[in-house]
Amino acid sequence: MTNVWAIAYRELRSYFVSPVAYVVLAGFLLLCGWFFWVYLTQFSQMVTMYAQFQQPQMLEQMNLNDMVMAPLLQNMVIILLIMMPLITMRLFAEERANCTDELLLTSPIETLEITLGKFLGAGIFYLVLLGCTLVYAGILLYFGDPEVGTIVTGYLGLLLVGLSFIALGLFTSTLTSNQIVAAVSAFVILLLFFAIGWPASTVGETAGVVLGYLSLIEHFQPMTAGLVVSSDVIYFLSVIAFALFLSQRSLESLRWR
Amino acid sequence: MVEVDCLTKYYGGFAAIQDVTFSAEPGQVLGFLGPNGAGKTTTMRILTGYMPASSGTAQVAGYDVFEESREVRRRIGYLPETPPVYPEMTPRSYLDFVSRIKGVTKRERPEAIEHAMAATQSLDVGNQPIGTLSRGYKQRVAIAQALVHNPEVLILDEPTIGLDPKQIIEIRNLIRGLAEDRTVILSTHILPEVTQLCDKVVIIAQGQIVAEEDLGMGGATEDLEAFFLKVTAHDAVELNVVDPTVPSNSTEVEAGEDTSGVSDMMHDSETEGTE
Repeated sequence: MTNVWAIAYRELRSYFVSPVAYVVLAGFLLLCGWFFWVYLTQFSQMVTMYAQFQQPQMLEQMNLNDMVMAPLLQNMVIILLIMMPLITMRLFAEERANCTDELLLTSPIETLEITLGKFLGAGIFYLVLLGCTLVYAGILLYFGDPEVGTIVTGYLGLLLVGLSFIALGLFTSTLTSNQIVAAVSAFVILLLFFAIGWPASTVGETAGVVLGYLSLIEHFQPMTAGLVVSSDVIYFLSVIAFALFLSQRSLESLRWR
Repeated sequence: MVEVDCLTKYYGGFAAIQDVTFSAEPGQVLGFLGPNGAGKTTTMRILTGYMPASSGTAQVAGYDVFEESREVRRRIGYLPETPPVYPEMTPRSYLDFVSRIKGVTKRERPEAIEHAMAATQSLDVGNQPIGTLSRGYKQRVAIAQALVHNPEVLILDEPTIGLDPKQIIEIRNLIRGLAEDRTVILSTHILPEVTQLCDKVVIIAQGQIVAEEDLGMGGATEDLEAFFLKVTAHDAVELNVVDPTVPSNSTEVEAGEDTSGVSDMMHDSETEGTE
């Protein structure tokens, strides 16, 4: 465990001494802020409109969770889809380009410890990123009265989605010493997982169920609505575990290549 | 301390090293001499557990490098060909990281780091990002990395490369000092380095050991040079083709024989091979 932590700590330091962390944080928050503002102004405009036309039944249906928080979280997934490969691409590709993989692989640590350390390092960075976006939820809580529980489950979903992205990105980063190749292949895999459920209604029943189950967004959406189903959580945990397993095997195979 | 037995490594169909056998004792500096591409780095990578051999065995400090890799890695300090440094880190934070993953306890860590930096004379750049350092300082930080956990066996792949003449002398003195109570294996293609620094020389060419010999201190450089050119030239011409009639060990030389004797023997095997 101390080795895992040593790797994670070094990884985090590297994020924060290079401009990468700040560019990603600033860009992510800028985009999230934009989406938040768009949904919030739309919401308040509709509230004013219904109040003017005196439609209390419509006003009652207005809901900060459904109309601001859920779309915001869903947009965050799309931003993460593009940004996460840029965060994860360096994890191993850079080690190999720097020849520091030789240091790691000849140190008395196991490849599993290296894999977990890298995952933990990127995961903590992601938590910082996610933590910064809590300010939007804070604004809603301060000025309005959204359901806290729904926000929490939404964030749990986002956390699981993000960690799955990290694990998959980590895997593609073990495959190459070229960061661009790692980022592009991670992006392709993530986008595929994002869109895999789209033809579910047209490919027949069995295939539809399978594709629907594989779809990342199918498992995320219920959480933004406040619904945590164990099968969704299991889905994300299995994606993470499987991608980490592949990463570890891929690292181990560096010795044989 | 280090026992290498019939080590062979194939990259696809290409044999990078073939039947490499040698040994080194504590207190000894073993020079691994050979032209570029001879298989020095491959052998060192196998010894450090970076990759496994295709066949053959190697033991470091009594542990098998394949079976008990982690025990071996605990006891080895390794300087790879390219300094394995993170450009954005400072030497101090870098050595802190390395000492952690090498298993230096928290209590011993500050002293170990200071000691490694002092030994490699890199204290004055301790807080500067490694990426901004000169090649010589990077190399010294990389050597400090190999020393920080006070390993029993040091494996140094071209340790003096990129250093200026003064630094080369300093590093050589450092290596001599380190060798007093441990085993040092270093690779080089600089001949005087071997005569000045090493107690024993193993010459490798085209993936095969062509000579293994004990050197008295201050051995004759000229003899070695002539000998080296002879064996490696012979190699370039002859050993491209694997000749099954020449057992690869036939060129190995028993310890204690003088250089001219070795040359004669090389000559003999050369004629055998061509006939």
